[in-house]
Amino acid sequence: MITGFLFRALDKKAIWVALALLAVAVLVPLSNAMLPINHPLHVPTHIMALFGKYLCYAMLALALDLVWGYCGILSLGHGAFFALGGYAMGMYLMRQIGTRGVYGHPILPDFMVFLNWKELPWFWFGFDMFWFAMLMVLFVPGLLAFVFGWFAFRSRVNGVYLSIITQAMTYALLLAFFRNEMGFGGNNGLTDFKDILGYSVQAQETRAALFAATAIGLAIAFVLCSGIVNSRYGKVLVSVRDAESRTRFIGYRVEHIKLFAFVVSAMIAGIAGALYVPQVGIINPGEFAPANSIEVVIWTAVGGRGTLIGPIIGAVAVNFGKSYFTAAFPEFWLFALGALFVATTLFLPKGIVGLFNEGWTRLRSGREADRAEETLQPGTEAAE
Amino acid sequence: MTEKLTKSLLYLDGVSVSFDGFKAINELSLTVEHGEMRAIIGPNGAGKTTMMDIITGKTRPDSGTVLFEGDIDLTRHDESAIALLGIGRKFQKPTVFESHTVEDNLELALKRDHGIFATLFTDTSSEQKERIDEILETIRLGHRRSELAADLSHGQKQWLEIGMLLAQDPKLLLVDEPVAGMTDAETIETAKLLREIAGEKAVIVVEHDMTFIRDLDVKVTVLAEGSVLAEGSLDHVSADERVIESYLGR
Repeated sequence: MITGFLFRALDKKAIWVALALLAVAVLVPLSNAMLPINHPLHVPTHIMALFGKYLCYAMLALALDLVWGYCGILSLGHGAFFALGGYAMGMYLMRQIGTRGVYGHPILPDFMVFLNWKELPWFWFGFDMFWFAMLMVLFVPGLLAFVFGWFAFRSRVNGVYLSIITQAMTYALLLAFFRNEMGFGGNNGLTDFKDILGYSVQAQETRAALFAATAIGLAIAFVLCSGIVNSRYGKVLVSVRDAESRTRFIGYRVEHIKLFAFVVSAMIAGIAGALYVPQVGIINPGEFAPANSIEVVIWTAVGGRGTLIGPIIGAVAVNFGKSYFTAAFPEFWLFALGALFVATTLFLPKGIVGLFNEGWTRLRSGREADRAEETLQPGTEAAE
Repeated sequence: MTEKLTKSLLYLDGVSVSFDGFKAINELSLTVEHGEMRAIIGPNGAGKTTMMDIITGKTRPDSGTVLFEGDIDLTRHDESAIALLGIGRKFQKPTVFESHTVEDNLELALKRDHGIFATLFTDTSSEQKERIDEILETIRLGHRRSELAADLSHGQKQWLEIGMLLAQDPKLLLVDEPVAGMTDAETIETAKLLREIAGEKAVIVVEHDMTFIRDLDVKVTVLAEGSVLAEGSLDHVSADERVIESYLGR
């Protein structure tokens, strides 16, 4: 049963993508640590950190694609699940600071001392334990997605209305997390992290390990999504996307189908956020900004929605472009992003991956035609 | 379990529903027996589609009784529950899963556990595959099984949708305008197909095409303004003064 699921998950192309990600997970940190700095294959630490961030974004885009590309749920609030996962990780990292904070309080994080709080709020309990924080990384985004999806899908909120309320959800969280009284550091968020699992977050080795963990995490998420979309459940997802009422009238509980995908997707987004925070060193309410969630949609569209490799390529490519543009022509980036989205919608409805697939099919059918001619010719000669 | 109130497969009594004051269905009563095929005709706005919506759980009636197999109150169930109880529905506009293959369309419609866990982890058994082969033969699409449903002609999509209903293994099929937009040859073939299905399963066909209804050669119910105007053979209802006035004569 589980083996059948894995077998389907690792079909032809998927296994190569998973292996490539694992190779990246091993080779990049190795090259960073082992090769001399002037070696042509040496990956500098800042580049590794940058790509570690891109891989987190790729995981977020993959999560969005599971619900948008396969099930037609255009979530404009996936950044919220990412940020919640990030906050859960951030809370763990805050509790690891201990007495090394500015105020040196053994338990309370600096911002709580600053606000004159006397004791830790109840929802911060347990976050000093890594396993508990990791559980919350999955549980909090999953629970929000479950509650939100339960009401939205049961009341059959669809299309643009659903997109608008997902956007409202992330905006509401943005406003809530800005408030100091919420107990998550308000405007400044959580930062000044020191250790993760006893290792300094600044150390080169820790950064390499975080990069490897992100690449492996992405590979696992990819295999999981591949297993899901290649199962009969995955076919039902696409059916819901293409003809929701037909799916309902042959006896599928569409609201359950959607809810499951939405919750799994939110959890993957949460993990991506948790891997992101120790690599960038800060989490603040800005991560809930509606614009962030919309950017994820653009990455996915550019890469190719409805494919699993598309969002990964899109997220890495667009963010690489963003890093380049914002350094070279800072004032043009938003125009470039807008133009990219318009161009993708108009000319590349299936994204970069769709373009490649098309080219590949054309190339192959061309070759096959050549081969067919070759095999035909001796036959006609023989007939003569 | 209470005693069955009726022996009929489908039993509608005094059903009414109104939208914004407009009575779409008005005191409608209708029974369909096991294995029976029934044609329903009526002018536009007579309430044919609304009646199907009520039977399949899409619309809740304001009043009246809707019973399936004598003791199941259909007004208490939603679409997917009713589908699992054994009522299949074909829409007016052919609705199939265009980005799946013909075979996958049928595989998804097969009657079996539709829960998340089952759909994630179970494979299609060889018996189920045989059943798909059978249906492909019935709906005359065996030669196109691995093509995308999007590439089928309009008429073939209608057949595929009927095939999906068969895969559901329902006791009652509701078929809304199955020959709209079909060629004459396809229409004749569809009448044949539906007659093959009836007998084993009850079929309700809503249609405008009189030649097609004549081909089916079954009992006809005429709806007008949300209630039954006349019932009987096509010749019988065609002779009815009121039917002529409300529908055929115009």
